Amino acid sequence: MPDMISVTIKLFAQYREGKFKIDKRFYAKDSTISDVLEDIGLDLGKFPIGVLMVNGRHVEEDFVLQDEQMLAIFPKVGGG
Amino acid sequence: MADKVYRVNMSNLSYKIEEVPANWMGLGGRGLTSTVIAEEVDPECHPLGPNNKMVFAPGLLSGTTAANSGRNSLGTKSPLTGGIKESNVGGTMAGIMAKLGVKALIIEGIPEDDSTFYHLHVTKDKVLIEAVPELVGKDNFFVLDAMEEKYNKKVAVMTIGRPGEMKMLISNISVRDPKGKLRSHGRGGVGAVMGSKKIKCITVDAENYKEVTYADSVKFKEASKVFTKALQENPISGEGLPAFGTNVLVNIINEAGGLPSHNFRTGNSENAEAICGETMAENIKERGGSTTHGCHAGCVIQCSQTYNDEEGNYLTSGFEYEMIWAFGANFGISNLDQIAKIDALMDDLGVDAIETGVTFGVAADTDLIDFGDGAEAYRILKEEVANGTPIGRIIGGAAGNLGKLYGLVRVPVVKNQSIPAYEPRAIKGQGITYVTTPMGADHTAGYAVATNILNSGGHIDPLQKEGQVALSRNLQIASAAVDSTGMCIFVAFPALDDPKCLPALIDMINARFGINLSADDVTNLGVNILKTEHEFNLKAGLTSADDRIPEFMKYETLPPTNAIWDFTNEEIDEFWNF
Repeated sequence: MPDMISVTIKLFAQYREGKFKIDKRFYAKDSTISDVLEDIGLDLGKFPIGVLMVNGRHVEEDFVLQDEQMLAIFPKVGGG
Repeated sequence: MADKVYRVNMSNLSYKIEEVPANWMGLGGRGLTSTVIAEEVDPECHPLGPNNKMVFAPGLLSGTTAANSGRNSLGTKSPLTGGIKESNVGGTMAGIMAKLGVKALIIEGIPEDDSTFYHLHVTKDKVLIEAVPELVGKDNFFVLDAMEEKYNKKVAVMTIGRPGEMKMLISNISVRDPKGKLRSHGRGGVGAVMGSKKIKCITVDAENYKEVTYADSVKFKEASKVFTKALQENPISGEGLPAFGTNVLVNIINEAGGLPSHNFRTGNSENAEAICGETMAENIKERGGSTTHGCHAGCVIQCSQTYNDEEGNYLTSGFEYEMIWAFGANFGISNLDQIAKIDALMDDLGVDAIETGVTFGVAADTDLIDFGDGAEAYRILKEEVANGTPIGRIIGGAAGNLGKLYGLVRVPVVKNQSIPAYEPRAIKGQGITYVTTPMGADHTAGYAVATNILNSGGHIDPLQKEGQVALSRNLQIASAAVDSTGMCIFVAFPALDDPKCLPALIDMINARFGINLSADDVTNLGVNILKTEHEFNLKAGLTSADDRIPEFMKYETLPPTNAIWDFTNEEIDEFWNF
């Protein structure tokens, strides 16, 4: 699949309900995080995106994913 | 009846009830405790000697119907850091003190006869001071039971366990919460100060108080509604914290490479999934227990919880991120239930989650204990620390002293106080808070994690230096002001992102007292508190050389980000130019 990339996706907090903790999925080259969010179908109305990280670094939804990257998706969380 | 200052002198076991001096009138919580300590305590005094004092003060809004206003402040000179300390706590004490009209409870002196411990009972008209030999050598839950039996289930209680009696630097002052469990005046060895004054417990009468009065109750109600709504509608304080508790942080801090693990060797932990908030919430769902529990009356966030074992029997409550990080990631215990058992024991003994956990992390670099050996950690706490054996004293002396005794370099402390659950190399704004706050390494003093990691109040890259000093300064000023209101620190999340939140908070203060504070006045309050505390520390002999990170963090990179502490001294010292 030369025009596909593999992305490991990790979900946290409320996003895990009825979904998964970690999953490896394939997307078309030049896919953004928005594309992934649409594919997974999270309830963003109830739980808006808090933090997106790719390989441990904060990114935005328009980030263009590369092959073999790790995407972590968090709703708004806090504590301390 | 106007509020009064209750002053107890332990040197001659006497008390006075005084008018509130004019310059203390507008102050509460941290603003008041730090002002009193700066005015009345010789900065060079020995923290455990007769010239140190303890000041307990409810916040400006404590005792009112305002949501989340039940925090009480304690001010003293810390025996751990040698500097000023403000430690605030939930529980029922703040509300009851405020309703009784206790603006501050100041305790000074040390009894000449040190053969026993005393119980102070504060009522509207007097303070009873009586010897309690029957409570000496007992721990916190025994004292709670004894006080409930003596008075009633509503009585407000503060107590120390055996480590506090022995003046250990890991000791806290424990405070009864609405369900009869415990919260802690933590950090800085404040339990040792209470032990030095030979006070086993303090109770405050909860039967004869009057509800607080409002200068403008209509305006207060309006502002209170807006404020409560802001807390409830914020996704963090309204959804995330009630569902998962503070422990929801394990995964996000781990993902960012900022979860100190193996005594600060790495920024992520193989135990993260086993100990995280999601796993905890699943366990609670399966086993019974509750994900929501408020540490004080009027809390609408309910971030705390009760946690049961596999058979559904109660294990612990108030099972917080800091505890789970310290023993799970940093000391390496992979079993959440084992950490919960240690948590319950530590509640009973009254020892600090962060200070004790980091001390075990450092101890794992010696022959005292191995990383991850939770059974041995439990045994050391129960048998050695609780009984004050030499090993118990070594652990009870906290991480900085343990490191010195064993000739260790990897000792994660600032001003001798253990660094909490966010790696300063990988979360640099938080690191600036650790080195600059007058409290010693303290995450609550200016929670830059919010903006570095959680995208609250915008985002500043955690790995870059730019903007971190200003971020930490602004947060420390705001936190000092919020700590004066009696508000829980989690008010910060809606305050950072919801423009209606802070004005409503200020409106409530104005309506309560019939004053006219502006947002600038509140900022100035925070500025004055920080400067007062810093000045005290300078007079106590601390210098800018104490505003530094442990040296190993300047030459050892932290996997997986390979971050390093790279601030110059000049960049750090710029913090105080305001």
